[in-house]
Amino acid sequence: MAYEVVIGVEVHAQLRTQSKLFCPCGTMFGRTANSQTCPVCLGLPGSLPVINEQAVEMAVRAGLAMNGTIGARNRFARKNYFYPDLPKGYQISQYEAPICEHGWLEITAGGARKRVRIRRAHLEEDAGKNLHEAGSGMSLVDLNRAGTPLLEIVTEPDLSSSEEVVAYLKALRELLMYLDVCDGNMEEGSFRCEPNLSLRPVGQAAYGTKVELKNINSFKFVKDAVEYEIKRQTKVLSEGGKIHQETRLWNHERGETAVMRSKEEAHDYRYFPDPDLVPLEILPERIAQLRQGLPELASAKQERFTREYGIPEYDAGILTSNKALSVYFDACVHLYPHPKTVSNWVMGELLRELNQAGIEADASPVTPERLVELLTLVDQGVVSLKVARDIFPEMYASSKTPARIVQDKGLTQVSDEGALVSIIDEVLRNNPAQVAQFKEGKRQVLGFLVGQVMKASGGKANPGKVNELLKKTLV
Amino acid sequence: MSLMSIHKLTLAELQRRFTAGDVTATEIVRAYFLRVTNAEPKIKAYLTQCKEAAFAQAERLDQSLKGWRKTTPMMAMPLAVKDNICTEGVRTTCASRMLETFVPPYDATVVAKLRAQNYLLLGKTNLDEFAMGSSTENSAFGASRNPWNLQAVPGGSSGGSAAAVAADECVAALGSDTGGSIRQPAAFCGVVGLKPTYGRVSRYGLVAFASSLDQIGPITKDVTDAAILLGAIAGHDPRDSTSADVPVPDYLKALKRKDLKRLKVGVPAEYFADGLDPEVEQAVRTAIEGLRELGADLREIKLPTTDAAVATYYVIATAEASSNLARYDGVRFGRRAEESRDLLDMYLRTRAEGFGAEVKRRIMLGTYVLSAGYYDAYYGKAQAVRTLIRQEFESAFGGVDLIVTPVTPTTAFKFGEKSQDPLQMYLSDIYTISANLAGLPAISLPCGFSKAGLPIGLQLIGRPFEEETLLRGAHAYEQATNWRAKKPVVRSA
Repeated sequence: MAYEVVIGVEVHAQLRTQSKLFCPCGTMFGRTANSQTCPVCLGLPGSLPVINEQAVEMAVRAGLAMNGTIGARNRFARKNYFYPDLPKGYQISQYEAPICEHGWLEITAGGARKRVRIRRAHLEEDAGKNLHEAGSGMSLVDLNRAGTPLLEIVTEPDLSSSEEVVAYLKALRELLMYLDVCDGNMEEGSFRCEPNLSLRPVGQAAYGTKVELKNINSFKFVKDAVEYEIKRQTKVLSEGGKIHQETRLWNHERGETAVMRSKEEAHDYRYFPDPDLVPLEILPERIAQLRQGLPELASAKQERFTREYGIPEYDAGILTSNKALSVYFDACVHLYPHPKTVSNWVMGELLRELNQAGIEADASPVTPERLVELLTLVDQGVVSLKVARDIFPEMYASSKTPARIVQDKGLTQVSDEGALVSIIDEVLRNNPAQVAQFKEGKRQVLGFLVGQVMKASGGKANPGKVNELLKKTLV
Repeated sequence: MSLMSIHKLTLAELQRRFTAGDVTATEIVRAYFLRVTNAEPKIKAYLTQCKEAAFAQAERLDQSLKGWRKTTPMMAMPLAVKDNICTEGVRTTCASRMLETFVPPYDATVVAKLRAQNYLLLGKTNLDEFAMGSSTENSAFGASRNPWNLQAVPGGSSGGSAAAVAADECVAALGSDTGGSIRQPAAFCGVVGLKPTYGRVSRYGLVAFASSLDQIGPITKDVTDAAILLGAIAGHDPRDSTSADVPVPDYLKALKRKDLKRLKVGVPAEYFADGLDPEVEQAVRTAIEGLRELGADLREIKLPTTDAAVATYYVIATAEASSNLARYDGVRFGRRAEESRDLLDMYLRTRAEGFGAEVKRRIMLGTYVLSAGYYDAYYGKAQAVRTLIRQEFESAFGGVDLIVTPVTPTTAFKFGEKSQDPLQMYLSDIYTISANLAGLPAISLPCGFSKAGLPIGLQLIGRPFEEETLLRGAHAYEQATNWRAKKPVVRSA
C-alpha cells in the first residue's frame, strides 16, 4: 500500500531579550551554574512574575512577520507538572489565548512553492537544566535558563517530506534572525525543532497516529530523523503493525529514533489562567506601530533586489537567503552601483570563503568597502579581472587592502604603450603564420594573439589596450 | 512614661509620644518584650521573636536621633508580622514543617516599606499552616489562644496577629486575608482588621495561598491605627502585576468627619439568615441602628448569590493553592526528606512529611477541580459564579456607599469544636468570603460582647479603592461607642 506522509512542526525559539521573561535576570549562555537567578526564577515563596515588555514586542513582531493575527487580549496560563528543573512546579505559558494565530510562511522545496500554515505562536518560559553526575548518584540543577523567554511556533500538519520540513525550518529561522528576535543557534538550543509525523494510506482523509520527534539540533539531523521515521513507520504499517502515539528521541550516532515516553505516561497539565499575571492587552495602535517598524524581510528584499538592481531572481534569492549576506550586498551596491558585478563577486569569491570558514557575511574580513576598492581597481585598469580574482583570497586571509597587495607583488597592470609595443613586436615575430592568416582576412586569430601578449606579460597587460595596439600594428 | 503602660497605647498615641520625645525606641522595645514575656506563655501568638534585633535596631535609632526628632511615621513602632510574609534574614515558616527553617533572602514589599521607615519588628506571628484555616489549629507549631478566653480559638488564619494585638503584645500587626483571615480573627479577638481592595497592597513576598484572593492588611487596636498602617503599606508595586496603580490618599483625612450624613448603607438580608447566632445578630442589628443614629441612610439590598460563595471559594482557592504549593518539592529550599530512593520518592516523602492534613486536603481538592474532564464543571463554573457575585456587588453599590453585615456567624469557638469537621470550619468564613471573591475592601471592628464575654464583630464592605469611606464609617461608629475601652485580662503565668 502507498502511504502519504503528514508532518507538523513545533519550534521553540529563544527570544533575544536582555532579561528573562518574568524577572530581571540575564539570559547569557554558558555562565556559571545558578549565577543568573533571583527569587522569582528560583520560585522562592512569595515571589511574583512580571512580564517582560521586550519579549512581548518581539513575539508580536515575529507574529506579524509570520502573517499572523495578534491576540488583543493575552492570558498566561500555568502548566502544572513536577520536575527538578521547573522551580515553581508549573511553567508559565499561554494556553487559550496565544499571542499569535493563523499565520503562514511560504517555502520552496523540490522546485515547488508551498504555503505552510502556522496554527499559533505563544510565549512561555524555559525550564532549567538537570545535570547527572556520572558515578556519584547525584543530580545537579542549573536554573540559569529557567525563565528564559521562548516563542513556541506550531504549524498545521501541512508538510509532507523531509525537504519541506527543512525548507520550512530554514525559512522560519531566517525570518526570526532577520527580525533580530532569535539568534538561531541550534547547537545552544536557541532554535529547537520537534517535528511530529504520521502516515496514512493515500486517499484516506483521517490522520494516522502521530509520533513526536525530539533531540534534533541541526538541519541535517532534522532531515535524517524525519527520513528514518518515515521508513520506520512505513515498515511497521506494511507489516500490519500499529504505530503508537509516543515521543521518540533522535540518536544521531545510531541514526535511529527510540521511544522516550508513551501517551499513557502523558501528564494532565491542569492548565488554568495564572492569577499572578493580569490579562495582557495589546492595543491595535501598538500592533500597527510594531508592524511599521518591521525590517524589510527576505521576500520583500528579494523582490526589491530584482526590481531596483535588475539582478536575476536566482541571484536575489541567494543574496537574501541570509540576512547578513543581503546587508553586505546592499552595502556594496550602495558604494559601487553595478549590482550584477557585485552579485557575481559576492555569490562567487565571497561566499566560497565564508562557507569554507563557516562564518556569516557580517564577520567577513573583506568588508564591503574593501571589495568595492578591488572592483574599482579593475575598472581603472590597474589590475585585470584575472589578477583581481587571484588577489581576493589574499585580501580575505591577510586583511590587507587590495592596493597594498598589488603594490607589494608588483601586479599593476601594464598599460604603458612603449612597454606593450615591445611585447607585441616580439609576439608577432614569433607567430608569423598567425600574422599571415590575419592579413588574409582571418580576423579570429586576433583573440589568439591577444592571449599570447597577455601570457608574455604575465597577465599584467591591459587587454583592452593590447587589442587596440595589435589592430593598429597589423592593419 | 512608665514602662508598664507603653504597651497600652494605640499606634497613633505611641507615634505622638515618640515624636515628642516622651519615650525612646529602646524603652518601647523593653516595654513590649516585658509584655510579650508575660503574655506569651498563655497566648502563644509568636512563632519567632526578634528580641535581639529589635533591641539593636532601637539602640541605633536612639543614637542617631540624639538632638532631633524628625521621624518617619512608622519609626520605632513595634509591629508583629504574620509568618507568611517574607522578612529578610528572619525565618518565615508559614506555620509549616515544610518551611520550618526557611530564611528568605528578601523582604516582602510591605516589610521593605516599613523597614524604610525604621519600624521595629518584634516577631513573626502564628497562623494556620499556609493560611489555610480559621482557628490557628492547623499550625504545625501549636495553636494560639484567644486573649478573651484561653479555651477559645483566636480565629484564623491570622490568629497570632489578632491575639498579639488584643493582648498588647505589639502595637499593631500585619495579617493576610484570603477568605476572611484578617477580619474573622479580628472579630474573635475584639480588634480592628482591614482587608484592603485586591491590588491596593503589594502581594510581593506574601507566600501565596490563593493568588487571586490573597491580600495583606492591618490588624490594629482601633480604626485610626488601621488608617495609619494601611497608609504605610499601600501603593502600586512594579514587582506585583496585580497591584493597582492608584494613588494612595491620606487615610487619616477620611476620619475627620464624625457623622454618617448622606451615607447610604445597604443591609443584605442574605447575611442574616439561618446559622447566625442570635447573640451575634442582636449585636450587629443594634450596631446598624447605631449607624442610622449617626445619620446613615439604611437600605435593604439583595445579594442572592451569597449562598454559593463558600462553595465557589473552596473551588477557586484550592485550585490556585494546588499550583502555588507545587514549589515545595524539596529541591531548592525548605524541607527535603532524607534517604529517598529516587526522585518520585523524594517528592512523595517530602510532601507527606512537610504538609499537614488540611493543606493536603486542599491540594487534593484543588488538583481534582483542575483535572481534565472536571475543569469545566468545577473551576470553570466557579469562575462564572465569581463573576456573578462581583456583578451583584457592583449593582448593589450603584445604590449604596457601604454594606454592613456580621463578620462571623458565631463568637470565637472552643478548641477542637470544629477541627474535626472541615465543612463546619469552612462555614465560619461565610460572611467574609464574598469580599475576597469580589476583590472589595472590608473592615471588621468590635460591636459588642456575648454573655460569655467574647467579642462580636461588625463588617463594613466598600467599593473598590474606597477604603476612605470604609474607614470613615467604621471610625464614626467606633467613636460613638465605647467597645474598645474593654480589654482582655491576660495575667502573667
